[in-house]
Parts: sequence; C-alpha cells; structure tokens
Amino acid sequence: MSEDTIDTCETCVPVNAVEDVLRMERMPHIWCPGCGIGTTLNGFAHALETSGLDLRKVAMVSGIGCTGRVSGYLKLDSFHTTHGRALPFATGLKLANPELKVVVYSGDGDLTAIGGNHFIHAARRNLDMTVILINNFIYGMTGGQVAPTTPIGATASTAPHGNFEEPFNLPYLAESCGAVYVARWTAFHIRHLTKAVKEALVKKGFSFIEILAPCPTLYSRRNRLGDGLDQMKHFRDDSEIRNGADTKTVGLDFQGKIVVGKFVDKDKPTYLDSMNAFYAAKWGDKYTPYKG
Amino acid sequence: MKADPKGVQTGAFFIDGDHACAEGAIAAGCRFVAGYPITPSTEVVERIAERFPLIGGLFIQMEDEIASSIAIQGAVWAGKKAMTVTSGPGFSLMMEHIGLAAMTETPCVFIDVQRAGPSTGLPTLPAQGDMMQARWGSHGDYGIIALCPNSPQETFDLTIKAFNLAETYRVPVLVMLDECVGHMIERIIIPPADQIDIVPRRFTNIPPGEFRLFEPKEDMVPDMVKAGDGYNIHVTGLTHDERGYPVMNAAAQEKLVHRLVDKIRLNADRIVEYREDEIEGAEVVVVSYGITSRVAIPAIEEARRDGLKVGHLRLITAWPFPEKRIAELSRTIKVFVVPEINYGQMVREVERCAAGRARVVLVPHGGGSVHNPKDIHCAIVDCRKDIRP
Repeated sequence: MSEDTIDTCETCVPVNAVEDVLRMERMPHIWCPGCGIGTTLNGFAHALETSGLDLRKVAMVSGIGCTGRVSGYLKLDSFHTTHGRALPFATGLKLANPELKVVVYSGDGDLTAIGGNHFIHAARRNLDMTVILINNFIYGMTGGQVAPTTPIGATASTAPHGNFEEPFNLPYLAESCGAVYVARWTAFHIRHLTKAVKEALVKKGFSFIEILAPCPTLYSRRNRLGDGLDQMKHFRDDSEIRNGADTKTVGLDFQGKIVVGKFVDKDKPTYLDSMNAFYAAKWGDKYTPYKG
Repeated sequence: MKADPKGVQTGAFFIDGDHACAEGAIAAGCRFVAGYPITPSTEVVERIAERFPLIGGLFIQMEDEIASSIAIQGAVWAGKKAMTVTSGPGFSLMMEHIGLAAMTETPCVFIDVQRAGPSTGLPTLPAQGDMMQARWGSHGDYGIIALCPNSPQETFDLTIKAFNLAETYRVPVLVMLDECVGHMIERIIIPPADQIDIVPRRFTNIPPGEFRLFEPKEDMVPDMVKAGDGYNIHVTGLTHDERGYPVMNAAAQEKLVHRLVDKIRLNADRIVEYREDEIEGAEVVVVSYGITSRVAIPAIEEARRDGLKVGHLRLITAWPFPEKRIAELSRTIKVFVVPEINYGQMVREVERCAAGRARVVLVPHGGGSVHNPKDIHCAIVDCRKDIRP
C-alpha cells in the first residue's frame, strides 16, 4: 500500500452514519463477530433517522437476551425490562402517553417463548406499537439452548440430539392474533428491512417485523453451518421475496427456503381508538377522549 | 400539594375495604391501573374500571399478573401514578416485578388482599400468609415499604399514603389487606380534596445532558424524569451506574444495592408507623396487624379484666418493621404475644428485635377464618408464669 493511498483514506475518515442515534459511549457492544443483531440495528437506526419522527418521542423497550441489549445502545428513552415482559411494559408506556412512538426490539425466545402470552395479547389488542423480533433460532445469551423457533433437525445445547418440536411460524402467529403489518426479512436484506422498519414506524397499530439473523457462535457452529458470512450466504441464496404471501405458507425448515417480504398491511382501529370511539358512542359529550 | 378534586368522591360511604382502596388510589392521583381478576381483590379493579373512564384514567385488564405488574411500571415511566391489585397466587407471579421496581426505583403501588395459601388455598377466606413474601419475595437485596390497614377507612387512608411513600422514596409500596378487611363493609369518610395531601413526583429541573437518572440526593433518592422529555434515559434491571448504564462488577453492585437497601433502612424512622394502646406499665404486649388487630381487642380487654397489664401495639407499617420500638419495649416488658393468620411470620421480626430480652409467643392460625379471641386470651393469660407475683 503506497503512502498516497493512505492519504486518500484519511480524507474519508470512516464515519458511522447512524452515530447520532447511538450511545457511542457504550461501544463496543457485546455482540459476537458475525452476529446479525448489529446489522439489523444499523438498518433500524437508518430508518429511524429518515423517518421524520421526533426522536424525543420515540421509546425503545427490550426484554432480556442478546437482542434485549439493543435498547441500551440507542440514544432514545430506552427500557431494558425483564425476560419476556417487554410488551406489557410497552403497553403501559404507550397507553399512559399515547404521544410516544413505542418500539419493542427483542429476540425470538424473549418475545415468543417466555413472552408468548404477552405477544398474542398485544397483537390482539392492536396496540399502536412496532415490534421488531430478531430470530436467530436459538437462545444466544445463555449458551445456545433450543427455542420455539429452532427448526426441526437443528441441534441446540438442550436439544443435543436434534430438535423435534414444531417451531412457530411467526408471521402466521402475528397475523392470526391481529397484527396490521407483518413482514419478514433477514439481516442480509438490509435495504428491504430498513424500508420495512420505516413503514412499520409510521403504521398505526401493531406492526411486526421478523428479522432472521445469524448466530455464528452458538447456532451455526453447533450445526456445522460455517460462520456468520456462510449464514448470510444462505439468507441470500435461499430467500424468495413474496410480498403478500399467505402467512400460513411461510414456515421455516432447517436451512430450507426462506420466504421474505411484506405479508400483511391493513388498517384496523387501535386499542385507544376503539376505546375512545366506544365510550364516546356510549356517553357522548360526557366522555372526554383519553389522550394520556 | 392537594388531591385533584376531579377524582375525589367526598362524603360518607358504606363500602368495603376493596372499594375504599379504589377510592384511595383515585384520590391519591392514580390514573393507570393494570390488573388481573383474582378473589378476594377483584372488587378493587371493578370499581376502578367503573370510575376511570369518566375521570381520565385508564384501566386495562392484562393477560396475567406478570403483565399487570410491569404494565404499571411502563405507565409510571410515561409519567402516571399507577398500581396493580392482586391476591396470593397473583402476588407470587408479581415477585419478579417488585424486584424490577426496586432495582429501577420505579414508584408504584401493589395491593395484595391476602387469602389462605399455599397455592390456590382458600380463595374466598382470609389469611396473613404473604407478609414475609412481601419483604423478601423477589430475589436479591432491596428495600420496600408495606402497610397493613385494619378497616375500610384505614384502607382508604393508607392507599393514599402508599402512593405518597412510593413517590417520596422511589420504591414499590405494598398495601397488605386481608380478605376480611377487603370485604368488610363499614362507614368511611372521604374528605374534601383540599384536605388530602399528595406527594407529587419529584421531577428534576436539571437539563438533559447533565442529568443522571440514578444520582441520589441527600435523602438517597434520585429525582425522576419521564419518557418523551428529551432526556434519552436508560432504565435497566441490570446492575447500573448513575447514568443507568449496565456495569457488571462487584463495586457497582455494592454501590447501587447498598443504597437501595439503605434508602429505606436509614429512613425507617420517618416511615415506620404503629399505634399503641396502654403500653405504659404493660407487662405483656400484643403485637398485631390487619384484621387480627381487631380480633385481639376483646382478648386484650378480657385479660385486663383478669388483672394483667396488657398493652397493644398495632403495626401500620409491617415493612420497615418498627425495630427500635420493639427492642425498647423488650427491655421493660416480659412477653410479646403475636397473633397472626399464618404459622409465624412477623413474629420472627419481634423475636429478632426482642433478642431474648422478653419472651415471644406466637398465636398461630392456618387461615380460613380469623382467630377465636379465646385463643389469644389464653396465650396472654398463660404469660402469668413469666410475671413475678
């Protein structure tokens, strides 16, 4: 490498375009090399910066786990709650101050195993919030245990002979429970997922994005799938974009075809809209619409 | 500051403890309640659900008690005063979030209308079996405050006090009713709003950028902000520094958890409340709380007629426990008699504070009813053997 080249590089000091919305004083983050969570966060941060939202009014809520750490890296009001309980915390936060844009960013185990009950009810109520679920098929933080998303045949530390339990088809689950916006992308589809986040952030009602992400340390390695890059290649080579696909048909097999896209985008009154309309019809002027 | 008149139903009412609790919460300024139905506490949220829509409050029936006990914390960080309501089995499910509220210093109120356990136990019948759980139920070390009303009027008053204490110390405050107090119907007086003292949330006036969410003031309690005010706060159940950022080491743990314990322990003199009756010159002191404090009265009166010098100390705050007062009394009296509807919970605190200086006698009851006053009377009369003729 010549000195000229070095000079040229110095003129374009690498700047992280999303630094403004990150708590840079907390870097480096805890995620492993090759982990997909940081990639999804980058896309999210881009979407947030270009969303036009007043960032003082955006609040992040996470549960526990690798993805649960996202809230701590965003320069927003951020809440790192208990395992599985990001959604009921977010429910209280949003309903107490409807001006807030509340985003729940958490993992597959957190949101759909220990937090599964809260997930179905938050979607059923059509609470006006965005849920971003990072699915790495495994419990990463605790050492690679089987999750409700682990594909049949994959091995995990608590399924050392392979998983035989049927995993969730999360877009189907979210749609059946009442989500008004449902999409799935992978950490490879950074532009698509950024666009999806932008859409979800301004969508009124319960919006849900599943993002598949590599866990090289505990999922790929145990399953002999190579490193993070190999998993990204799988996401690239085996994904099929099918916007509007019937969510019943988008279940995932072990290293099989991945249907990605925006599956659901419909309009339905939110929890508070329904409540205010219901009481206004009942009581007329006696009722002051609830605004927090 | 005085109560918002919009929520205060001033007047005399003939209502039970559960309903009085709901009115107390409303008078205290609570405008967010999340709950899950459970006997014998359900009437609290039923009244809240009835009253809230027309006074600008929001009640939500959550999918379970775990959800209820954290939804209120979300609401608090959005700026509301909030509570949840439950009984034994639900109280067990809420333990993790009492810990979260303690760790994140989230002011909120938990109402536990106690029924007989363990497990499903006797859903419609009384007990006082959650007293130690209230103090120690969540893992790790922390301080909390727990109050024990013995009538609907006192339930109203102490529910207001619970909200005020929660704001003063940034802690979860527990109001420990029992099924009898919850379902007992008596006359209560709700005073005019301008006679009800309310402690508002202590919001900081330090601008964003300079403010540290967990930097304690002189009273060991940090000021608060709410989401949406531009402070970019971070709140975590992990051990954290004064900025709220996770720090994974023993020094950070010591600094934080020591303060969480101390802010209640060292402020105990300001928090502790009890009532005494004929303590002066007493040789036997009955220590009681909740419904048992009323059941004990005929037993105490009869023992006094029998010629014994019997005093009565009724706990208003179970936690922090009136350690100093019990220790002080143990130097002058002979015996503490502790009736409670469990097999020995608060009696252990009395024993600890008496430290062998006075004998401590438990009058246990497994739950399902109150004591027969005769059993308490027998225990008091039996103390004759400790008293020199």
